[in-house]
Amino acid sequence: MLGKQAFLRHSVFPQAGGTRSARPSVIRGRGTGLASIWRYLLAGLGLAALLVGVLAVVYLTAPQSAQLAGPDVSRTKKTDNGLYMASFVPERGVVRQGELESWLLTLKTKTGASVERAAIAISGGMPQHNHGLPTSPQVTDYLGEGRYRIEGLKFTMSGWWQLRFAISSGAGSDTVLFNVVL
Amino acid sequence: MKRLFCFLALIAAIILVGCGKPDFSDAEKKTVASLALNTLPSLKPDTTNRFADVPAAAALGSTLFFDLGMSRDGTVSCSTCHKIDRQFQDDLPQAVGVGRTNRRTMPLAGVARDPWFFWDGRRDSLWAQALTPLENPLEQAGNRAAYAHYIKARFGERYEHIFGPLPDFAGIPLNASPLGNDAERAAWNAMSDAQRDAINRVFANIGKAIAAFERSIEPAQTRFDRFALDLATGAEPKGDAVFTPEEILGLKLFIGKASCVTCHNGPRFTDNGFHNTGVPPVANLPPDRGRIEAVAQVEADPFNCFGAYRDGDVSACGELRFMVKDAPELVRAYKTPSLRGAATRPPYMHAGQFSSLDEVVAHYAKAAPSVEGTTEIHPLQLSDRERAALVAFLKTLSE
Repeated sequence: MLGKQAFLRHSVFPQAGGTRSARPSVIRGRGTGLASIWRYLLAGLGLAALLVGVLAVVYLTAPQSAQLAGPDVSRTKKTDNGLYMASFVPERGVVRQGELESWLLTLKTKTGASVERAAIAISGGMPQHNHGLPTSPQVTDYLGEGRYRIEGLKFTMSGWWQLRFAISSGAGSDTVLFNVVL
Repeated sequence: MKRLFCFLALIAAIILVGCGKPDFSDAEKKTVASLALNTLPSLKPDTTNRFADVPAAAALGSTLFFDLGMSRDGTVSCSTCHKIDRQFQDDLPQAVGVGRTNRRTMPLAGVARDPWFFWDGRRDSLWAQALTPLENPLEQAGNRAAYAHYIKARFGERYEHIFGPLPDFAGIPLNASPLGNDAERAAWNAMSDAQRDAINRVFANIGKAIAAFERSIEPAQTRFDRFALDLATGAEPKGDAVFTPEEILGLKLFIGKASCVTCHNGPRFTDNGFHNTGVPPVANLPPDRGRIEAVAQVEADPFNCFGAYRDGDVSACGELRFMVKDAPELVRAYKTPSLRGAATRPPYMHAGQFSSLDEVVAHYAKAAPSVEGTTEIHPLQLSDRERAALVAFLKTLSE
């Protein structure tokens, strides 16, 4: 039986055991005169449980809906004037905070052709912290099929980061912004 | 009615127990876990220093670190400011070597994990850092030719055992350095290129030996780490791993409303970056613009990662290669210090501006504008109780 002693053993207040006068006693109805009180208490307990349940649902779902309202973190998107499809992914698949990383920027034209010999300028920062990137990432290699290696990215803190690319090639100049949320 | 009271008492007890238990959301638990020392990865090899993990090099480095002979007048060693029994710092607002400097001595726990060195990051490797005070006229005030002669005379055999033969010292002046006084610079300029390179190589190896020793200085586990481990595993904290309600409030503020964890993140409580946080200058010290002035210094350093004295290949030089060179936020930006052990080593900030953690917390709450450049800090409403709680939490990183 999970009696008083068991309850107190599981309590985070072990000192609560034994001497408190207000400690819970084992509750048993002995006579019919108390039945109505019990009914009220049970009803009250039920209502309290319902209230706790509702509050829990509200509390647990609120942060999720706030996250849904955050920045668009898609890794593939059309550039601002629609000239290119750009995708931006970490080369090793995962983002590791605080380390120099290389990412791949893949550029295709509207018709799906690989964009070669593009000039790419990179900037960015953290819009909520009044600062730019902690490093100066650069395009260091063209890997073919519209893929450009970008080295020197470093996300030094969790939060909302923005990476802007200014892209210029025979197909024209355009810009695109990627959000990265850590 | 007695039974009703008993029942209400039971409800009250349940509520009290529920409130008393540290209550962290999953996101908070994740953040707390990310700060715990057990998430610190093992120290990566330093390919720019092929002696970094050679025990004999570390042993020589430790000898040099404590050797007063490694200074112009024989009174100053690395350990004069980096005191072994004081977290390798000196408790002074500004370090005092041969003269008084303009910066606070940094503690050394975990220093080998830094990408940049000094408060402004004017060096890019631990071994290049170790060379700088040796020739600073306010610190050890020596010159590289004198250090090379000294190594040959005092530690020649140990040196050659680790680094190979010492160069031919015939015709090498006793005192010469490109950074010295007029006579030392003239002597340096009179040397041949081969002689200068030979002396630079001995000098670089001194730094590599000291760095090898410093790699062994790592942060120790604290009360916070024991608490964090229990929180992550769901174990009941015991003994000093139990946090008081005030310490829990401080931790929650640190990772929440006060946003300290934005920069003081990871198991070392630092993002290894540089930030302008509006810390005021100290009167009567030379002008100090922080990171913005360090960029040119690290680029000009012959011992930087691109220089001739680096071991290994250039792929190790990413930090220097992708360094931000010119941005407004570099003005009066200083390195985010680790907070491990901070509570027991006042004063605080790059020139010891604040004498207590209370002053530090008050500074960040007020977020006064920077004298130059723009502070990244925003004002924060913190009650007296909340300020005290933040300080109480910070103390758990020193116990």
